[in-house]
Amino acid sequence: MVENRPFLTFLTHAFLLCGFVVVAFPVYVAIIASTHDAQTLMSTTMPLLPGSHFIENYRTIFTSASAANGLPAYPLMAMNSMIMAIVITIGKIVISILSAFAIVYFRFRFRQLAFWIIFITLMLPVEVRIMPTYKIVADLGMLNSWAGLIIPLVASATATFLFRQFFMTVPEEMMEAARVDGAGPMKFFKDILLPLSRTNIAALCVILFIYGWVQYLWPMLVTTDPSYYTLMMGMKRMVAVQDGEVQWNLVMAASVLAMLPPVAIVIFMQRLFIRGLTETEK
Amino acid sequence: MIKKLVLTAAAVALSATTSLAATEVTWWHAMGGELGKKLEEVAQKFNESQSEYKVVPVYKGTYPETLTAAIAAFRAKQQPAIVQVFEVGTGTMMAAKGAVYPVYKLMADQGEAFDTKSFLGPVTGYYSDTEGNILSLPFNSSTPIMYYNKDVFKKAGLDPEVAPKTWKEVEEFSKKIVTSGAAKCGFTSAWITWVQTENLSAIHDKPFGSLENGFGGFDTKFEFNGDLQVKHWANLKKWQDEGLFKYGGPVGGDQAATMFYSQECAITMNSSAGRAGVINNAKTFTPGFAPLPYYDDETKEPKNSIIGGATLWVLNGKDDATYKGVAKFFSYLSKPEVQADWHQFTGYLPITNAAYELGQKQGYYEKNPGADVSIRQIMRGTPSANSKGVRFGNFAQVRTVVDEEFQALLAGKKDAKQALDSAAKRGDAILREFQAAN
Amino acid sequence: MMDTKRTTFQNKWLPYVLLAPQLFITLIFFIWPAGQAVKSSFEREDPFGFSTVFVGLQHYARLMQDPNYLDSFLRTAVFAVAVTVISMLLGLLFAVAVDRLMRSARVYTTLLVWPYAVAPVVAGVLWFFLFNSSTGILPYYLSFFGIKWDHNLNGTHAMILIIIAAAWKQISYNFLFFLAGLQSVPHTLMEAAAIDGSGPIKRFFDISLPLLSPTTFFLFIVNVNYTMFDTFSIVDATTNGGPAQSTNILVYKVYQDGYLGLNLGSSSAQSVLLMLIVIVLIFVQFRFVERRVQY
Repeated sequence: MVENRPFLTFLTHAFLLCGFVVVAFPVYVAIIASTHDAQTLMSTTMPLLPGSHFIENYRTIFTSASAANGLPAYPLMAMNSMIMAIVITIGKIVISILSAFAIVYFRFRFRQLAFWIIFITLMLPVEVRIMPTYKIVADLGMLNSWAGLIIPLVASATATFLFRQFFMTVPEEMMEAARVDGAGPMKFFKDILLPLSRTNIAALCVILFIYGWVQYLWPMLVTTDPSYYTLMMGMKRMVAVQDGEVQWNLVMAASVLAMLPPVAIVIFMQRLFIRGLTETEK
Repeated sequence: MIKKLVLTAAAVALSATTSLAATEVTWWHAMGGELGKKLEEVAQKFNESQSEYKVVPVYKGTYPETLTAAIAAFRAKQQPAIVQVFEVGTGTMMAAKGAVYPVYKLMADQGEAFDTKSFLGPVTGYYSDTEGNILSLPFNSSTPIMYYNKDVFKKAGLDPEVAPKTWKEVEEFSKKIVTSGAAKCGFTSAWITWVQTENLSAIHDKPFGSLENGFGGFDTKFEFNGDLQVKHWANLKKWQDEGLFKYGGPVGGDQAATMFYSQECAITMNSSAGRAGVINNAKTFTPGFAPLPYYDDETKEPKNSIIGGATLWVLNGKDDATYKGVAKFFSYLSKPEVQADWHQFTGYLPITNAAYELGQKQGYYEKNPGADVSIRQIMRGTPSANSKGVRFGNFAQVRTVVDEEFQALLAGKKDAKQALDSAAKRGDAILREFQAAN
Repeated sequence: MMDTKRTTFQNKWLPYVLLAPQLFITLIFFIWPAGQAVKSSFEREDPFGFSTVFVGLQHYARLMQDPNYLDSFLRTAVFAVAVTVISMLLGLLFAVAVDRLMRSARVYTTLLVWPYAVAPVVAGVLWFFLFNSSTGILPYYLSFFGIKWDHNLNGTHAMILIIIAAAWKQISYNFLFFLAGLQSVPHTLMEAAAIDGSGPIKRFFDISLPLLSPTTFFLFIVNVNYTMFDTFSIVDATTNGGPAQSTNILVYKVYQDGYLGLNLGSSSAQSVLLMLIVIVLIFVQFRFVERRVQY
């Protein structure tokens, strides 16, 4: 902290707490809903205090809920979700940081074109390209495979654009100095750019992990083998009930559990971008 | 943990290889929750009943997601043998002659006995061509019925065992309920398009569209802006203004159920398949079940109501052995005991007379009052061209249009005539587009 | 029009190698299918693809004559501006506040990013629990203030609902990147300014905000894209575009006509139009706004 202003600090806390209450209210509702029985949720004004079915609901999720909904075992789905989320996160960051590096630090033919080709992928609703994309994946024989699940989701215009924005702010002198030292582009990338990009990588990790974690439309489309089931597909199957009853209490318990890994990533990644108390003294 | 996972994965792989000898019949479905589990049980039991074929059910998301997945797969030559399609997709499937293997033809080609007369006419009729040939096998069908709150009726000084029969009675009862303070609103309804427009027309033997409600071809026009429908919509608007009726929301009208469960509204009209849900959620009151109301100044003998739900379509492009398996599986599905089990567990309509009779013999309907309201409602009278069902292309979009116009009516932006005229006109434009594409 | 470094590396093949994986995936899984979508916007085709007829600009012409479609432009603009402004402003305010704190920054960050982890499959029902007029929490409390909440019949309520739902989803996202940006503002700069006697607000406008401009530009473009393309699931889960089309934004109509209605030609034409609008918007951004971004 630059200087000490107790009143301003107090205001800051008050503002953040209010903000948290508003922004996290739906999360609170989900947690509360996971402690009631299904009927309470549908027939009375949604309660704001915990109910008495907490243990029962969560135990059901780990034990009988999968079988009752025709799903594979919970650990298998959790494992698949984890694989999806981690591979997508790493893949997106690696290929995006490399392409941003090429676009910012090199001058070559088709540079503009390459940027726009990547950039334009932000702009087409999934629903429109889903049929042709499926056809390509099918023609390549990638249905029911990790490759088909993951590779089409690994390109990232957002991440490329973010790295490009960040590289643009890196002072020119850094590169000039590196060139004077005789460092090649990849050495410069590894020794200078990569460490500097740490905060952005950490923020992206959080966002992209969640992106991979919550996918269900694409996996549902390209796999027919139950061994690829993810938690989100499982939840979708508990939610999209035709004519029957949705057991919202269980769905909410499942969704609360499914929030834990992303939250763990947030906590873990913060080390990389929140300046700790010790660091400021450096 | 990881060891366990590997073991499960190995077990899955193993079970896949041991059954390789049997011909696989893939079946894409859209049934989540416990119904999906039940569906897989049905397939499982078929697989255990013989060793030549193995039906593999795969969940593919909601109805629209499943249909899109099947179409995408068909275009990529990866289609399943059987796909479950909801009723608004019927027009699309019927138009896709090259993609669909009609069920009556499949059964004949494979030499499986298939007696059209053994099925419940109003159920299979919805999915038959004009000659009465069944094109897709009804699997989960339902029809709207009326649910009411017996406790609220009692509180309002009404006889809890007497449900309103006509719309006039619905109005009278609702007034009593609201003025006595027994509940805040008289009635609500799910599915304004399906219940208060399509079924309303069928019950009163009024056309919904030309050419036998679209059964006769693509060159059809909407006729749901007739006097009866205008009168009914105008009444709904009037009843809303008087506080007797509450709107349950667009499409399926999800709020209708919560308004009924929370005892805000004394009556709701919804799919008969929701019966089990109503019983479970009516924690603090006793629900009653009754047929949909009608206008007794319009008809003395209400016709059958029409169905909704989904059917099983067979897709082209598979080999003969697979189709043999499909035919065997369909025969199995039509068996009285299989049908009765599915119908009694899920609350969907049985598709054969024999299954209904079996249920009667088992005493199922006595033990479960209200479970046959829907069956008796679809079996009353002889189906006419107006009550066979509706069949229009791009029907999902048409329903959206009808919903939108109904909202404009309730918001006071249009009167009933203007809203229905506009819906018919916009609907016709959608039909012309479909006609041009097929 | 696009900036690069003044000095660059000289290498004939390296940039192509670096770009290859991204371009390869993009071309195969995005550009090719997108090309198919553009092609099908000029065709009339049944869903299964048996008969395909070239119809030229007919789908476009029909859209341009549809008053409902044209109305949807205005609604989309209102929606996009409201969501972008609300979510970016709140994201920035939260980030600035958290950046001030040291001891509790991590706790607040976790709490504020948490909502982003809510699975889309349940987000819809959370809004139902919160807003439905018979058992929802917010209508219950609003009724004490004499407000009768009914997004099923009141178009303004419905619009407010989808704006809240869509903005809510993005606040955590914007907060996180703003915070990452703020955290990389060199401390020495702030300390020097503080010694010169400038207060926190002046420091924010003089130092932080200009240094944040690349992040702001990034988030602005991402948010506009989000509101234009990614919000159909929110509309689908809450209002279905109603009442009487008052929340039928462009991308929802694409979803409705293409995905639910299987009217492939028209929905492709709609997405091509939508894409053109956004490309023009972004082109303008790069051309005029990026000049003011300080790299």
